[in-house]
Amino acid sequence: MSPERRQFLAWGAAAAAGSALAPGLRLVELAQARSPEEAASKLQRWGLLIDVTKCGGCDDCVTACHAENGVSGHGRPETDAQWIRKLSIRDKRTGYAQTLPLMCQHCEHPPCVDVCPTGASFKRDDGIVLVDKHTCIGCRYCVLACPYGARSFIHEAVSGQKADVPRGKGTVESCTLCVHRVDRGETPACVEACNRDGGKAMAFGDLNDASSAIHRRLKGEASSQIRADLALNTGVRYQGL
Amino acid sequence: MMRIAAAVLAAASLALAAAAGAQQARPARVAAPVIKIEKGEACVAPADEMRRNHMKMLLHQRDRTMRQGLREPRHSLKGCVECHASRDTGSVLGKEGFCSSCHEYAAVKIDCFQCHTPLRQAPAAARRP
Repeated sequence: MSPERRQFLAWGAAAAAGSALAPGLRLVELAQARSPEEAASKLQRWGLLIDVTKCGGCDDCVTACHAENGVSGHGRPETDAQWIRKLSIRDKRTGYAQTLPLMCQHCEHPPCVDVCPTGASFKRDDGIVLVDKHTCIGCRYCVLACPYGARSFIHEAVSGQKADVPRGKGTVESCTLCVHRVDRGETPACVEACNRDGGKAMAFGDLNDASSAIHRRLKGEASSQIRADLALNTGVRYQGL
Repeated sequence: MMRIAAAVLAAASLALAAAAGAQQARPARVAAPVIKIEKGEACVAPADEMRRNHMKMLLHQRDRTMRQGLREPRHSLKGCVECHASRDTGSVLGKEGFCSSCHEYAAVKIDCFQCHTPLRQAPAAARRP
């Protein structure tokens, strides 16, 4: 099926579902439904919108991420893997303090992909930036290239991995936007935890889908990218920074 | 001349037969692989094709899943582990593990389980109470 035809059918299905259900809810679900036999598509671009004004002092997103992906440390913060972390920022002049989660920003033009000598660091068609650990040689160029410090190197042998999240010594890893969950039609673990237990500051969706809640919010409200000066067009956007 | 050649051939074949007999009598230096099929009636392909080509199937599926997000269950490593993990240890590795016993016999190193888990996953209902 050609992409145009597929998009046309998706619109038709969206219109059909629109008459039955409340708006917003159904459209996100439709956009996410993808069978295991259907490849990730350029028509979609997954992203996050994080409202920093709602982000409180908890670290539920970090806990949920590391539990979902089986990321465990050795009690050595300098070398332990971090897929997501909480940053605290403070205006020195006024003393205004904020806290926000920072993870891989899933750039449209990712520097980590530019520098990778083996092609292991790559961007999937739906905009998710990943490391193919089968071809990663552990050179760590991407760790240096990423302006967000989002990549971690695994220094020590790993055991007890999750079946959907293979991790191994000598490779680089970072936030995958919970790609295994997204492929099942679910939202990333951090977003789920934030909306369940935290401040409801995180939203996930398809930035390209004009009918998705995240698209509408980005169109209607002010948002910013971290280090927008680098013109990487990040998939993770912030509000209230 | 022909007679000498025939005699040499006969002697050689006798020697070969004797050697084969001796080999059968002597205990093998490497333990034969233990192949226990734990679950399911049939694999995704006949056994001889699986023995010869399972690595090609896994390599093909690996790139499709990683690069294109195609998570077809048919040739997935998760699927292999799901059926072939030992009932006792829950793993495809170990002394009588489905993967490791053959790979040890053939002296071929497997890299899969440096990153992937060799353990069968608990059923979804048990994982999420």
